Amino acid sequence: MADERFEPKIIAFLCNWCSYRAADLAGTARIKYEPNIRMLRVMCSGRVDPSFVLKAFALGADGVMIAGCHPGECHYLEQNYKTMRRFSMLKHTLQAMGMEDDRVRLQWASAAEGVLLAGAINEMIEQVRALGPLDWPKNWSENGNIEEAIEQLVEEHAEAMEVPV
Amino acid sequence: MSEKGVLALYWAASCGGCEIAVLGINEKILDVAAAFDIVFWPCVLDGKVRDIEKMDDKSIDLCFFNGAIRTSEQEYMARLMRQKSKVLVAFGSCAQEGCIPGLANATTKEAIFQTAYHDTPSTVNPDGIRPQTETEVAEGTLYLPFFYETVKTLGQTVDVDYYLPGCPPEPERIWDAIVAILENKLPAPGSVIGAETTVCDDCPRTRDEKKIKEFKRTWEIVPDPDICLLEQGLVCCGIATRAGCGALCPTVGSPCIGCYGPNEGVEDFGARMMTALASVIDSDDPEEIDRIIHEGIPDPIGTFYRFSLAHSELRRIALPANGGSDAKLETAESA
Ligand code: FES
Repeated sequence: MADERFEPKIIAFLCNWCSYRAADLAGTARIKYEPNIRMLRVMCSGRVDPSFVLKAFALGADGVMIAGCHPGECHYLEQNYKTMRRFSMLKHTLQAMGMEDDRVRLQWASAAEGVLLAGAINEMIEQVRALGPLDWPKNWSENGNIEEAIEQLVEEHAEAMEVPV
Repeated sequence: MSEKGVLALYWAASCGGCEIAVLGINEKILDVAAAFDIVFWPCVLDGKVRDIEKMDDKSIDLCFFNGAIRTSEQEYMARLMRQKSKVLVAFGSCAQEGCIPGLANATTKEAIFQTAYHDTPSTVNPDGIRPQTETEVAEGTLYLPFFYETVKTLGQTVDVDYYLPGCPPEPERIWDAIVAILENKLPAPGSVIGAETTVCDDCPRTRDEKKIKEFKRTWEIVPDPDICLLEQGLVCCGIATRAGCGALCPTVGSPCIGCYGPNEGVEDFGARMMTALASVIDSDDPEEIDRIIHEGIPDPIGTFYRFSLAHSELRRIALPANGGSDAKLETAESA
């Protein structure tokens, strides 16, 4: 097959009360979005611990979206403001880790905004596709030929350590 | 097997502080010597690796292994001690979570060599010589261990039975662990021998849900003696950190930097800190929030992962060969 297109894997955490319903609405209204997104429903965007996002990347995700109710409309009052602050903290840290900004996205979408959410999903997929695969675990798998070095050590011990009589 | 237990202590990428901490149990070291034959302790006793190699597998009852794994020789020793020991304890922060040696994961092997062998003002190296893993001399070939791109924890290298946290572990906690081992009152394998509360639980300061508009560096304020340091704007890691130290630092007005590692149930220390700090920022305006965070936390890796970068979900920064931007690496090097 010529020219295989990179198909990114994007994990999305959607809050139960707004964004997940927006995704449902997009479905019932037959609004199409690309299939690269894997959605996980959480009760509130405030449930998304930064470790969920980090773990997604550590397991090989190419991008992560967090979606919740618009500020002021969270069903647990203030929680999405916490999400906003955590997201800023997370993004700042990911930048320091050398990750591109477009790989994480915070998206507000109300239950009525199926079109908006589908558009945001498609846009993010395009951006991540343009960035290419992330493959984060590869960053720590390149430690060189450890086994060979260790075998060398064992041989060396065998040769060098016995005191000649 | 002798009637006494058989004990080994080993060090890999570490500073030696853990060895001093063991001696910090003072005269109780004599009780340890009464209960165990110490067969290997390179810092304190003469001993040879070849003698350990010749021992039967599992013939060491207990091995305290401190230090992270950053060379092939350390990896070899980790595997050897695992093979020869019944119970292997990751002793101290380096073995448990990478600690300060693990901060090498915020840069690259190349940058470390460049700094160590060329750039430091005290380096005189006109021929630009770097250590080689193999060197031919008249007598034959000399070998040096292989230096890793990414520092690993002991648990990322071999199976670990228990973790004893701390940089270094407090002598009282070391003694508690030794007693637990002698009396066979150990927790489930794979767990941390230590408290399940946080440094905040031991901290005498009062907390009253106050929010802040900016983070402060320690030199910018003289903190109030009674109020939570975090609520005074200092980035205190007590909330994410396991108790065990007795809240030494916050008690005397210095914020906790997290040397006792993540509390029970905290998988990624930095993520826990991000969540905690997000809760104290007094702003709902995205731009203001960004400003507070960028100005207040100029070094998020050093702040959130000072002790746990190697053990964190992401383990290290992106390598340039793998999409990591060079611009980022320059900041990492200059920091
Ligand atoms: S319930 Fe939707 S963000 Fe909180």
